[in-house]
Order: sequence, then structure tokens, then C-alpha cells
Amino acid sequence: MYVLIAGGGKVGANVTRSLLRQNHEVTIIEQRPDRFRVLEEEFDYRVQRGDATELHVLEQAGIGRPPDLLLAVTGDDEDNIVICEIAQKRYFVPKVIARVNDPRNQTHFDMLGVAPTVCATSSIMALIEHEVPESDIIRLLQLRDYELEIVEVPIGDDSPSSGKRIEQLKMPEGTRLISVAREGRSTIATDSTKLVPGDRVLAILQTDREDELRRVLLRH
Amino acid sequence: MKAIIIGCGRTGSSVARHLQNAGWEVVVIDEDEEALSNLESSWPGRFIVGHGLDIDVLVESGIEGADAVVVSTDGDNTNIVIGLIAQRRFHVERVVVRVLDPARAAFFAERGLHTVCPTSIAIGALTEAALVSEMVSTEGASI
Repeated sequence: MYVLIAGGGKVGANVTRSLLRQNHEVTIIEQRPDRFRVLEEEFDYRVQRGDATELHVLEQAGIGRPPDLLLAVTGDDEDNIVICEIAQKRYFVPKVIARVNDPRNQTHFDMLGVAPTVCATSSIMALIEHEVPESDIIRLLQLRDYELEIVEVPIGDDSPSSGKRIEQLKMPEGTRLISVAREGRSTIATDSTKLVPGDRVLAILQTDREDELRRVLLRH
Repeated sequence: MKAIIIGCGRTGSSVARHLQNAGWEVVVIDEDEEALSNLESSWPGRFIVGHGLDIDVLVESGIEGADAVVVSTDGDNTNIVIGLIAQRRFHVERVVVRVLDPARAAFFAERGLHTVCPTSIAIGALTEAALVSEMVSTEGASI
């Protein structure tokens, strides 16, 4: 596969190295002269110098072929959005992946249809929620394209669902329980599964159903 | 009529002043507080310190009811993204974006964004000026 990478920082360089090891063809674009020299020493002709938001730089790097995949991983969110927009709409690159540096900009990537995205800060925050659970819904996975998410729900002593079988719960439309983890073991949730305090329940739901799920499982 | 000007450098501040003089209500946004000094000291409109991609800042500026948004920060890609957001998220009818790179200006214009490219304008004007001098000298030669 031919991959074009915009941005030769830590992320870009490490991804390049990994892809080359898997025998993929890679071109990486870097603008900063110092950083370009460092990359060139390691990746030789595979590094292209220039601003990856300029069309002629992208063209020199081979975007016209087009690549199977483009990664926009510069440290600037606006640059990443513009690179993906140009790649998809002008050069018909079939797949792009973009890095979100500031999680507050996620909404702009979503709005403009730049997907999938990777945001280190959001991933770390999700891990923090998972590792240091508060008694609320923990988002494990967001499937943006499908408008679905998978969440973990810790059942407490005072949860309205505690002591009830799943068939007794009035599960909101657009939500479904997947499994129940108890004392280190998980079982698939069925109608007869009874929830007890300390259980950690996995659920899949439409992204706008969180409040309803919370009401049935967590709050009186 | 109401306009939001994002980026208060030489260009943005002048556009703000012209619209203000034409009787518009003008709100100016810039990241840098110092940029206010580009407007006259008696600037009667609002000036908000903040980033043009910050949704809260845009909402606070009243972008939802704006007739026009002019984006003129010093970054082409920042301007393009702010312009797209103003258009697609806030449905502002008239969004004008400054883009210095002619290639990018042309591409996003094709995609429905109203871009103004000072570089292209300068290239056109300078070329025309040069051609006029050629015409003058040819005319001179023929006399």
C-alpha cells in the first residue's frame, strides 16, 4: 500500500518507520528545515520538504497517484483539516486519517466530515475515566460513523437497576446491554441476568441516548 | 446589518472601519488584545479577545444572526476552516475569506467558499501595469 504522511513530527516519523517495516511504500512531508534533515538521514528519498497544505508540494509527493491512505498528523489542526479536505475532494484519496491536537477542535473535524480522527488527549482522558472510575457512564469506544458508542456502567448500591433482572428494566430504545463483569469474569447479558452492586455493565447505544441509559441504570 | 470580522490586522481592522462607517454593527475578534490598537482609539463597536475557531467566542460575537463574516487572520488554513464553520455550522449567508495562496484560494472557491486572494489581485494588477507601459512605448514607437 502507498501511504502519504503529512507532518514529520514524532507521530509521523514513528508511523513511517512502522509502515516501512511492514514493507509499505511511504512518502512523508515535513516543512521545518531542521526536522527535514533529521528525517532525511533516516528515510532518505522518502522525505519531501515543504508545506503539505500547498497543492504543488502534495503533487510532488505523489498525491495524484493517488495514495491508498493519507495521514494528516501535523501539529496544527487547521492544517490537518485542510490537507484532508484537499486530499479527499481534489485528489480522491480513498482514505484519510487525521490527528486532532486540541480536543476542542474535534467538533470541527466532525462537522467538516474529516474522519476518522485520533486525539491523544481524548484517548488519555478516556483511559483516566476507565482507570479512576467515578460512578458514571464511561465511554469506551465512539463509533462516529455509525453514531453509536460502547460504554461501561458501574452498578452501585443505590442504582435503581441493582437487584433487578435485565428483563425487568425498562431499557430505553436505542440502547442494549452487552455483558456484565463481576469479580473479574464477564458473561454475556441475557434477559435473566440479574444486576448486583459492583457489576460493571457494557452497553451499546445511540450517542444521544446516554441520559436515558443513565436514568434506568444509575439514577433514581 | 451586522458583520463579524475575525482577525484584526491591517486588513481586518480597515474592513471593520469601512463597514462601521457604512452604518453596520461590527464585532471584531482577535486572539491578541494588542490588535485592538489597529482600530482607532474611539472604536465604538465590540472587540472580543479569542480564537476564531472557538465556538463559544463565535456564539458570543453573535455570529448566528450575522449578515456577513469576514475572515482575515494571518493563517490561510485557519481562515479557510473558520470560513467553512461559519458557512456550514452557523449558516451565515455571506462569508468572505482571505487566502494568500492562489492555488488553495481557487480550490476552496470551487468548493463554494468565497475566497479573496490578495496575491492573485497583486499579480493581475502588476502584470496589467507592466503591459500598459509596453503599450505606451509601442504607441510611442509608432508615432
